[in-house]
Amino acid sequence: MFIDTLLIGISSGAIYSLMALALVLVWRSTRVVNFAQSGQAVLSTYIGYEISVSTHNYWISLPLAILVGAILGSLVDLLFMRLLMGRANSGPIAEIAPVIATLGLLGLIQSFVGLIWGNAFLHYASPLSGKGFSFGTHTIPFSPQNLFIVVASAVVLAIFGAIFKYTDLGLALRASSFQPEIAQLAGVRVSRVRNIGWAFAGSAGAVAGAVITPTSTLSPNSLDLLFVSGFIAAVIGGLDSLVGAVIGGLVLGVGFAFILQYIGGSVTFLVGFIILMAVLLARPRGIFGHKVNRRA
Amino acid sequence: MHSRHLSPLSRALLSLVVGVALLAASGFTGELRNYQGAQVAVYLVAIASIILLTGYSGQISLGHGAIMAIGGYGAALSFTLWNFPFEIALLFGVLVGTVGGFILGVAAARLSGPYLAGTTLALAVGLPSIADQFHLLGGEQGLNFDIGDPPRWVVRLEGSDFTQYKWFFWIATVVALIALWAITNLLHSSYGRNWRAGRNNSVAAGLAGINVAKGKVLAFTVSSALASLAGALFALLLGLVTPTAFPLSLSFAIVTGAVLAGVGNLAGSIVGGVVLVAIPEISGALTTHLGDSQKVSANLPGLVMSALLILVVLFMPNGLRIRKFKRAKKTT
Amino acid sequence: MKSGLEVQDFSVDYGAIRAIRDLSFHIVPGELVAVIGSNGSGKSTLIRALSGLIAPKQGSASWNGISILGKKPEDLVRQGIVHVSEGKSVIPELTVSENLALGGLWRKDKLDVAIATQESLAIFPVLASRLNQRADSLSGGERQMLAIARALISRPQLLLLDEPSLGLAPLIIEQIFVAISHLQNQFGLTVLLVEQNAVSALKIADRGLILNLGELVKAGTPADLIADPELRTAYLGF
Ligand SMILES: Nc1ncnc2c1ncn2[C@@H]1O[C@H](COP(=O)(O)OP(=O)(O)O)[C@@H](O)[C@H]1O
Ligand SMILES: [Mg+2]
Repeated sequence: MFIDTLLIGISSGAIYSLMALALVLVWRSTRVVNFAQSGQAVLSTYIGYEISVSTHNYWISLPLAILVGAILGSLVDLLFMRLLMGRANSGPIAEIAPVIATLGLLGLIQSFVGLIWGNAFLHYASPLSGKGFSFGTHTIPFSPQNLFIVVASAVVLAIFGAIFKYTDLGLALRASSFQPEIAQLAGVRVSRVRNIGWAFAGSAGAVAGAVITPTSTLSPNSLDLLFVSGFIAAVIGGLDSLVGAVIGGLVLGVGFAFILQYIGGSVTFLVGFIILMAVLLARPRGIFGHKVNRRA
Repeated sequence: MHSRHLSPLSRALLSLVVGVALLAASGFTGELRNYQGAQVAVYLVAIASIILLTGYSGQISLGHGAIMAIGGYGAALSFTLWNFPFEIALLFGVLVGTVGGFILGVAAARLSGPYLAGTTLALAVGLPSIADQFHLLGGEQGLNFDIGDPPRWVVRLEGSDFTQYKWFFWIATVVALIALWAITNLLHSSYGRNWRAGRNNSVAAGLAGINVAKGKVLAFTVSSALASLAGALFALLLGLVTPTAFPLSLSFAIVTGAVLAGVGNLAGSIVGGVVLVAIPEISGALTTHLGDSQKVSANLPGLVMSALLILVVLFMPNGLRIRKFKRAKKTT
Repeated sequence: MKSGLEVQDFSVDYGAIRAIRDLSFHIVPGELVAVIGSNGSGKSTLIRALSGLIAPKQGSASWNGISILGKKPEDLVRQGIVHVSEGKSVIPELTVSENLALGGLWRKDKLDVAIATQESLAIFPVLASRLNQRADSLSGGERQMLAIARALISRPQLLLLDEPSLGLAPLIIEQIFVAISHLQNQFGLTVLLVEQNAVSALKIADRGLILNLGELVKAGTPADLIADPELRTAYLGF
């Protein structure tokens, strides 16, 4: 029983980690919490769904959905965020403008998705079974698709980790997020690097949407709660930290699984809120967040 | 905002005149318009709570729908459990919401932008589920808050065709005007000035001896009082409260309304309220025009609202209002 | 066409404040020019406008006859103009070797990046033993050295240095200024050095410009400037 719950927790935690990673990537590059993330992810998932319906092949649709997610992320930065940053940057609106604008974009994308595909629940099928593994007579709630979710998330996280740590692009991404001006003076094309950060974030969200959706249904709002969990995970981890996002996601996923198992499903977010509050009161910038203002 | 130059007394008189005019006007409008008028008044109060919090104290909340839920549940609970008259029930809702808001505000004062946004977002998603856990709160069925027909004195005053919706409109309008009047006075008091000082530059305000954290807690508390009042009124219009009556989209809608109003402008909350009620109506009419498809009718309001929100943030950061000459002059 | 750095009628504003007013000067290739001015005289503003971080209001600036205005800092780096900004401009969260690598990220010639890295480490040997430490574990002087070393890896022709002596002990300042002088003599770099520390800066400079409230007060050789008693008491502070 304990192991079953743990496995389920890791599977949903992996998804939260991906969502949290997407948020952290954008936060680090642009200092914006991208509420449109769940909209971008759902749109790329719908496109993945379309491709899988016409090709009858999930494995073709998956990488294409990820590609679409990356392109969407890049476009949101180029067409939307740059305009926003150049404008609403003074007066009472300035502090909330990024939140409001990305919420607006979320609404826009979701209504657009609704206009095209309708609001009915769709099934984005994967060839992997959604039925739990059986050991003799005992069937656990952890299915091959859950296993795939864990593996895919781990692979994506490992790829991002390697890029950040070992490549020139990763160095440029880190430098641009820590000290954009110094990076610029060293010759890094910061706005281009930033855009790559948005593309990475978009692809991480798209992976999350495309691997989790086969376990439930697809609708314009189907990734919203996932996004909220990802946000909580990112905040717990400290919005600045990639490692924090992953750990925050896993902790939250496992925590939620145990709450679901032993207390009941309806209070999960309430408990999430309480955990979040407790963490932030102890550490107002999350567990792995930087305490000092780095511009100081 | 002209009321800035008015004394509290003349502001009270102004509110009174506006109130009487609105109540008189309700005699000439249909049932639907009266109900929508009441909705505008409720949104107005909710939007004012956000404007107060964000525009005047620099804090952000994506969870004010949850605080509205506290107010709604508080009112309905005292109404069903202790048979409070609805006026007292409304006040009780506000009391509960204010206490909740104070507790939240103490925590919120320590958190900066995105962390506060995240916490309040989690609250908005998480809080309504409490109702499922306690039998007292009515579970998924919720609690009744049906205040019945208009009282006899009103009917005697206004005639027997005085409907329930008209009665709702009266209640919501009067309550909203009183709330707006009280908040305007508060903002022009020394408390209000301190909030703004803390908002604009917390370091400078701190040096000037203004306790920024205390101001933030106070702002969050007062904002919660308003939000819970809006929630209690909202429950009154619905005739009941349920866990699903206060969804995340409600929290987002009132923030949207505040942005449309111009976050630094309390008087703009009227514009915000009207727009929030008018957009579904207008898109409804548009949908009929476009052939009444299910996809369109379900998504057009969201599309219009989101587009409007984005356009306002980008191009009209002071909200939907005619630009004043003074502001239009270039400051060099 | 004039070679070197040519600045003419240069003015920079912050809103209503004019921080640099009608400044004109010329630096020939290979020259080390010190701009001396007290706090708030506009030194950083000048250097930031020359490296493309902010836009001037009026005037022209060119490097070897090509205008450098309206270009982004990252493009100017590619044309050999490198700015080491005020206050130990390193990225504390990165290691020393990552900070160094940053200066060569944009360059195609990776072999020369490696050579430039070795040369920089030879100039500042203390960095060589700290390559895998985070930059925030370095002392102030070491950070300043790291910032200059990183700039060298971009193979600059014109080096813009903003107050490298800021907040450092006299012995360390001495060491860093010797290194700057070495860069000019050994590598033929053109250097615009902006300083409050007139004594140290004029010791290594070929020429000095005195800046006060955004305006040029006097230009001349260090000997000329130091010889003027009025300048010494009013602007040089010794
Ligand atoms: N970002 C800014 N906004 C407004 N004024 C500024 C800004 N930066 C500098 N100033 C003003 O411009 C003047 C010159 O500043 P600066 O170039 O930093 O001087 P220095 O580097 O010589 O100390 C000062 O009066 C300073 O207050
Ligand atoms: Mg300076």
